[in-house]
Amino acid sequence: MSTSSNSGLYREGNEWVSESSGKRWVAVIGLEVHAQLNTRTKLFCACEYRFGAQPNSQICPVCTGQPGSLPVLNGEALELAIRAGLALEGTIAERSKFDRKNYFYCDIPKNYQITQYDEPYCRGGGISLESGRRVRLNRIHIEEDAGKSTHTSGNFTLVDLNRAGVPLIESVTEADMDNAEDAVAYVTALREILVYVGASSADMEKGELRCDVNISVHPVGEAWRTKIEIKNLNSFGHIAGSIEHEIPRQIAAWETGDPERYPVQETRLFDAQLGITRSMRKKEGEADYRYFPEPDLPPITAPYNRVEELRSLLPELPAARRARYMTSLGLSAYDAGVLTASHDVADFFEACARLSKEPKEAANWISNEVLRAISGDEFDAQNIDELPIKPFDLSELIGLLREGVVHSNGARQILREMMKSGKAAGALLLELGLQQVQDEGSLKAWCAQALQQKPEVAQQVREGKEKAVGALMGLVMQSSKGKANPQRVRELLLQMIAESDVS
Amino acid sequence: MSLAAPLGLSARALREAILAGSFSVLEVTEAHLAQIAKHNSELQAFQRVDAESALARARELDAALARGEGNGPLFGVPVALKANMCVQGMETNCGSRILEGYIAPYTASFVQKLLDAGAVLLGVTEMDEFAMGSSGENSAFGCPRNPWDTQLTAGGSSSGAAVAVATRMVPIALGSDTGGSVRQPAAFCGIYGLKPTYGRISRYGLVAFGSSLDQVSPFAHTAGDLELVLEVLSGLDERDSTSLPLPAFEPERPAEAQRLVGLKVGVLKHELNADVAPEVLVQCQAQLERLEAMGAELMEIELPHLSYAIPTYYVVATAEASSNLGRYDGSLFGKRIEGDGSLTGMFEATRNGAFGDEVKRRILLGTYVLSAGYAEAWYGKAQRVRTLLRRDYAAAFEAVDVLASPTAPTTAFRLGAKKEDALAMYLSDLFTVPASLAGLPALSLPAGLTSNDTGCLPVGLQLVGPALSEGRLLRLARALESSQTSALPIPPLCTEIR
Repeated sequence: MSTSSNSGLYREGNEWVSESSGKRWVAVIGLEVHAQLNTRTKLFCACEYRFGAQPNSQICPVCTGQPGSLPVLNGEALELAIRAGLALEGTIAERSKFDRKNYFYCDIPKNYQITQYDEPYCRGGGISLESGRRVRLNRIHIEEDAGKSTHTSGNFTLVDLNRAGVPLIESVTEADMDNAEDAVAYVTALREILVYVGASSADMEKGELRCDVNISVHPVGEAWRTKIEIKNLNSFGHIAGSIEHEIPRQIAAWETGDPERYPVQETRLFDAQLGITRSMRKKEGEADYRYFPEPDLPPITAPYNRVEELRSLLPELPAARRARYMTSLGLSAYDAGVLTASHDVADFFEACARLSKEPKEAANWISNEVLRAISGDEFDAQNIDELPIKPFDLSELIGLLREGVVHSNGARQILREMMKSGKAAGALLLELGLQQVQDEGSLKAWCAQALQQKPEVAQQVREGKEKAVGALMGLVMQSSKGKANPQRVRELLLQMIAESDVS
Repeated sequence: MSLAAPLGLSARALREAILAGSFSVLEVTEAHLAQIAKHNSELQAFQRVDAESALARARELDAALARGEGNGPLFGVPVALKANMCVQGMETNCGSRILEGYIAPYTASFVQKLLDAGAVLLGVTEMDEFAMGSSGENSAFGCPRNPWDTQLTAGGSSSGAAVAVATRMVPIALGSDTGGSVRQPAAFCGIYGLKPTYGRISRYGLVAFGSSLDQVSPFAHTAGDLELVLEVLSGLDERDSTSLPLPAFEPERPAEAQRLVGLKVGVLKHELNADVAPEVLVQCQAQLERLEAMGAELMEIELPHLSYAIPTYYVVATAEASSNLGRYDGSLFGKRIEGDGSLTGMFEATRNGAFGDEVKRRILLGTYVLSAGYAEAWYGKAQRVRTLLRRDYAAAFEAVDVLASPTAPTTAFRLGAKKEDALAMYLSDLFTVPASLAGLPALSLPAGLTSNDTGCLPVGLQLVGPALSEGRLLRLARALESSQTSALPIPPLCTEIR
């Protein structure tokens, strides 16, 4: 498929072939993804958190680890985490607990992170990718985020603790992937699910979704080899780029045959500018975090009834919805994708399709007009819920269109007004004077007038250039101020030209 | 009224006298400040006395009273805190150089409850660094003296608070008890100390040592005052997830409170009793006989895993401490020593330079018992023994209502006697540690004075009950208190109180 010129490797499907040795290599990839839970307040205190706020303006005794302060679990965080776990098909533990992970660093105020070590709240689950591959999840656990440290040139480290204590879930996959495309597809699907169930906004630019890649390579049929971790990837491009760099790098290192140059267990960082990974620290065995149960927090209980209740409240997930739109509503893959990208839009569409009984029309109007409206800045809305229009309004408009009361240009005008004012379609039709003129007398008079104005066009039509009729239609639309039913005008014009030919 | 007159009264009596108009809050405050001024340089009970703010607060309370407001359960009562309790705007140094100058940015829940009840804070008392110690000698600042003999330890770690109450500088003081840090100094100083059931009093604002063991615990010189403080401080606090979801402690109703007949008192029989000083056993025996005379039944009881309590405690408490004390690294709070200029250099220099030896010893121990490859053999096993010990107690309380033992195996020992022998020091926690591990309420009450050639020294009797049985422990303490023929003895150097 592709050749990596400097390493003498080329790729065949999911295998890498070495030109010099002829060996075929495969990669083994597992992902750890941190997602910020969409809570109002932090995991263990009442501080609100907003990205980009003044440093150290969203802190309190608890999230700065003041002596004597104690954590209290945010119930909303637990519920969102459970929702995410259920949506990812995991099993929610009836009892789980928090542990302390001890290490020294300036952005972790207590010098321990409250996390879940051996009893995570969720086990198992996974995501089936569109490629057909199933990526299994080993576990998901809840933990607090650290603050942010910035090293300055003046030998200072600046610490911003706003992010300290922000709730995260970390989902850990099995090593079920072997290429960059699947890794990106997995994170894309994971992100979509988390956003869909409202567990996370998962905005990668704001660091709300961060990915660590565990990756190793081995010759086909042989045992797995040394695993390397690439930390803190915060875009799809970086995930793909780091894997695409790391596979040939590791293969080349093994192919030297020199044990001194073999890959070693280590943590690497991705340099996005150069598109390469760089060693951050070598691991001397596993770092000793001295995990032990957090004595300040009692074990978490997620009673069966509550979990089942949360399960019943889960929305249908995007992949399932997409499939249903295509098979039972007959939408194109493209439309189904656009409409399911957000939960709100999908709900709006479904209501509209049900009320109007015309799913395809509803899909067209929503994806062409409504979504365009909220993606631009003409309307004061970022998502569909913020527009004053309701599904009923749009279905009514589709009805008017179907009955020929309004033509499509008129309908488009009405829709724009509806999205501004929220007025009903019927009212706007009258207010804007957009009802189509259906009465044959007026239509015929306008057509006759047009034929008189441009007899040469009538002649062209007679000679077989039926398309030329458009010019006449334009004249009719002008005289009718756009209210003439274009379908009928066309019919009448052709009929009148034909009749004049006979006479 | 002479200034000395309010001294020696209980908190209850002081409040009543103030509400009755016998003393103003200002007079009460001044009298106790004067008592501190008189003895503190010798005894070093207080680390800091906030006279000005205490007097200002007293005037406020007097003004409130004049307006007809204010009749909180501790109205006008002078109290002292231990140096590991947070009060917004005040230094909370835990007896450690590493927190010297650390100003707490918030007020502990239990301190707020004291203030809401009308108490007047007089100051902060001395303690072993981070509450690690049994003698007060581990403070980075002053070492409190035993008021019965200033060559002796006052016990620890809540040393200063015990001395303050014993010498009536305050009628009540708060300490914290992790493995006996209130009960043992109460015994050594001849007063009452109560460690409530784990979770009874919120820990929010108590600087952590061993989080699963720490409890705010009051000292008083009457059993009734212990009850009063427990009433004020207990009850669910949403800011402490380990705080029990229960309303505040309710004292027993009078009828119930009198009943001793048929109450079964288990007397701890154990080979460890061999290590108990004979004069201590004699005094405790005398108290038990009084209980028997009042209708209680004595029975011998054994806790099979008792001898594992000390090692278990020193694994669990140090493990938690090693993590709790991780945050003192020079970056956010308290003292910073720059070291070689690197981040880790600063951490190392600060922790090396500003922690005392005992704290370092326990951090090392705790780090070791949690480290990979050893955690299961040490921390894991200790947790299992802890469960066994809990079961021992549960079984014992099937047979008896309370368990009695000496609070400490000896009377107060000489300052410096055990300073170089950590193990000997740890073993003096023999009787107090087990109830801490099991999270049970335990009360130390004065059990008279020994009389031998070295002089008269107080002995403490410890009563341990099932969870939430503080009412029962207080009932026994009160019964013994009221059966005494003379008032509770006061250290001879307090010549002003008679």
